[in-house]
Amino acid sequence: MATILTEAGATDVAGAEAADESLWLPIEDVTRATGWTMKPEGLCRGEVCVPVPKDRDDQFVREGAVNVAEFWRHIDSPVLHDAAGDTWMLGNSAGERAKALETLEAPDFTLPDLDGKPHSLSDYRGKRVFLTTWSSW
Amino acid sequence: MYEQVKDENFIIISVAEESRGNETAREWIEEAKPTYVNLIDREHHVADLYNMVNVPQSVWIDENGRIVRPTETAGSHDGWRSMNREDLSVPEDSAAIIAKAQETYVNAVRDWAVNGAESRHVFSEAAARAHMQLPTGNVALANANFRLGLYLHTSGNEAEGNSFLQAAVELRPESWNIYRQAMNLRQIGPMGFAADEDFFARVDALGSDRYYPPPDIEGFPNELGFDPPA
Repeated sequence: MATILTEAGATDVAGAEAADESLWLPIEDVTRATGWTMKPEGLCRGEVCVPVPKDRDDQFVREGAVNVAEFWRHIDSPVLHDAAGDTWMLGNSAGERAKALETLEAPDFTLPDLDGKPHSLSDYRGKRVFLTTWSSW
Repeated sequence: MYEQVKDENFIIISVAEESRGNETAREWIEEAKPTYVNLIDREHHVADLYNMVNVPQSVWIDENGRIVRPTETAGSHDGWRSMNREDLSVPEDSAAIIAKAQETYVNAVRDWAVNGAESRHVFSEAAARAHMQLPTGNVALANANFRLGLYLHTSGNEAEGNSFLQAAVELRPESWNIYRQAMNLRQIGPMGFAADEDFFARVDALGSDRYYPPPDIEGFPNELGFDPPA
């Protein structure tokens, strides 16, 4: 059992096995936990597929499971976990964030208002949006 | 400002970078009775996506979802550093500079709200890219540490959460979003905001360096607005 954090949220995976810096997820749970899907050509998300390095594929894939931590490091993205190995953070790389910004397409997000109703930036397409931040602290 | 230009094809989306969520955001929002969109961002996801380091920071996005001014300080000015740390008063000359900074920025936003792509404050694509600060590897790692620390902190494992939050602070010391939010998660400051001795020591350590890079807007005050510590 492990909780996996990504930018999409927190997902509990009952069949996860954590050992040192490895996090093995049952293949059928990989997509809902990470957004990536195991296919014959590698791990895929949308149009993008990243092949598993052939010379050390045993570090990535074993019967029925994928080491998503190893894959995350392979795509230069941050991987962190608590001391017990119960909670894993699969972060986003600087390169991915920078590439998105450089397209000048405003990155979309969905956040709740005070009443919990979700709003997406893309809901406001067609208007000029002054996106600004504040805090109480 | 929003009330004046509300009929235009313009909206303000105001995002609260508040890891305590409604607990700390509600009172402020209800008091302001805003008519624009107010969202709560516990995990500082917007700061992560747009590479923000503090509040208020802003991005201008056109009708097609394109960035026409990337992340910039929204009218804040280093003049506040002249503040008396006992009674929080600001000398008149600095207060005037701070007011001028805010006014200049708000006027620029208003100009864009009314004139859209014709506004002189809209950047070309090349200029928009040139004004961007792109994240480094340490920024990405700091954001991951922040997120894990926040999750642990709020799910009953405060001590371990705090150690990841502290790691985030050290990886990205220039982010007051991370630093002050981490402080606020440990304890809400006596003045309601996160300003203790350690915070002012950080401010003093800046010396005569600005914390807020002035936005590239004609007429924005260029003075430091404070006397650097000896």
